[in-house]
Amino acid sequence: MKRYSIFSLARNALNYHKDWERAWRSPDPKEEYDVVIVGAGGHGLATAYYLAKNHGITNMAVIEKGWLGGGNTGRNTTIIRSNYLQDPSIAIYELARSLYETLSQELNYNMMFSPRGVLMLCQTEHELRAFRRTAHANRLAGLDCRMVDAAEVKRIVPIINDSPDARYPILGAYYQPRGGTGRHDALAWGYARAIDNMGVDVIQNCEVTGMLRSGGKITGVATKRGTIRAKKVAVVTSGHTSNIMEMAGVRMPVESVCLQALVSEPIKPVIDCVVMANTVHGYMSQSDKGELVIGGGADPYNNYSQRGSFPAIEHTVSALVETFPIISRLRMLRQWGGIVDMTGDRSPIISMTDVGGLYVNCGWGTGGWKSIPGSGFVFADTIANDRPHPIAAPFGLNRFTEGRFIDESVAAAVAH
Amino acid sequence: MLIIQCPVCGAEGDETDFHCGGQAHIARPATSDPDNIADGEQRDYLFMRFNPKGLHFERWRCDRGCGKWFHAARDTVSLDFKAYYGITELPPADVMKQATGQWADFFKKATAGKPAVKEAAAKKIGAKATAARKTVPAKAKKS
Repeated sequence: MKRYSIFSLARNALNYHKDWERAWRSPDPKEEYDVVIVGAGGHGLATAYYLAKNHGITNMAVIEKGWLGGGNTGRNTTIIRSNYLQDPSIAIYELARSLYETLSQELNYNMMFSPRGVLMLCQTEHELRAFRRTAHANRLAGLDCRMVDAAEVKRIVPIINDSPDARYPILGAYYQPRGGTGRHDALAWGYARAIDNMGVDVIQNCEVTGMLRSGGKITGVATKRGTIRAKKVAVVTSGHTSNIMEMAGVRMPVESVCLQALVSEPIKPVIDCVVMANTVHGYMSQSDKGELVIGGGADPYNNYSQRGSFPAIEHTVSALVETFPIISRLRMLRQWGGIVDMTGDRSPIISMTDVGGLYVNCGWGTGGWKSIPGSGFVFADTIANDRPHPIAAPFGLNRFTEGRFIDESVAAAVAH
Repeated sequence: MLIIQCPVCGAEGDETDFHCGGQAHIARPATSDPDNIADGEQRDYLFMRFNPKGLHFERWRCDRGCGKWFHAARDTVSLDFKAYYGITELPPADVMKQATGQWADFFKKATAGKPAVKEAAAKKIGAKATAARKTVPAKAKKS
């Protein structure tokens, strides 16, 4: 792999950029691997990366039904933060956020991590009180976060409607200055390039059609490109986890729903942080291209169609127009949906299963992007050592039997 | 946007007029045998869900109409409704036949040893609202 640098850029400019090498190969599947990871989204690729880098496992394939990063990895609103309420959540999301800080250098691929700050608005007395509680929990966990008052919110985001007569007036906000955004496609591409360089096969257009079991153990996967035997199989397929796991005879406590996002036409810079408004259901930031990146609540019924319905968008946009009157006459350029898998307690599942050699990482619901490096890090450790990593342990499937939930439904930036 | 018709009052509206109540036909184990419930059973009741890519069976509520709960069969890929039926009923036989995976197994158990459910009992897509008003209470009386 040739390193990307200012010199390689200059060298290739001399050839009119005709000689760049491919960032990763497109290999045919081998008959057998030590580990097969199903799903080449951010979480799957990150898992492969840390398995190769930290645990020396390179006889491995990441197989993908479509193209890599084509699911929720390329559909989210790219927000990165770690200010969750519960200790297990803080541990994994903060691990991810801290890994993001150096990831561009580590992967030699610019994923444009931009710690521009995340503001979570308090627009009712109850929300103010709830975020104060989260703030205390986060301080105890050592996170760099603080409450800010309405005047400081206005200073950080001058375009915000700070009228005390607003339907939901700004009473303050919970601020994580080290949160921000990143470029989601680049993360998938950076990981894919790095693992390809370490000898891992990234196999696209290779849909899994069945799971091979022998007794209580997994022995491989059946795919549209033939059978692939494997000692260990890790399923990282977000919205389609139920379907893949059903092939292995494992039921999952998740439901798949559509979460939508949209972007406006590009405009000059108006907002240099991320603003999330929980009470009115909307969040917004501005991309480097100038588009306002907007997201809101999930559609309220099971859906695999990757297209949501209009009322959800209308609800989100009307809330944001109330919060930011300046955007009222902007036109929206694109709108899309991703299929996310929701658990009952709105926390993810990183787990071993009752089937030997079968591991699952899913249930990230509406908050998967921000956690990708941390999720891959602890899941890789879980797979390599065949026991839950300490940070992954609370997120096991057994928590649903034991009633040991990690309730984040109230700590989500937007209630889903 | 989903267009939904209530089989109880016949009102038609979009998804904002209705409320999706999640998977249908979930039996609460504590109702039949409160003293002997395994942790796994309670987990299944509370959290395990059929999550099919295709035909799904759900509870819906006619929020801005009569306020009654009812059942619906809906495809989670095409988002088309295949049938609406009463809250105490199983789906129409021909729709039930189209079920796959976990739902197929479920209906096999649910209908084992019972006579086939009459198709006329449930409201089919396209039938007039007045028909729904008649058929659903009539079925309710019989059962």
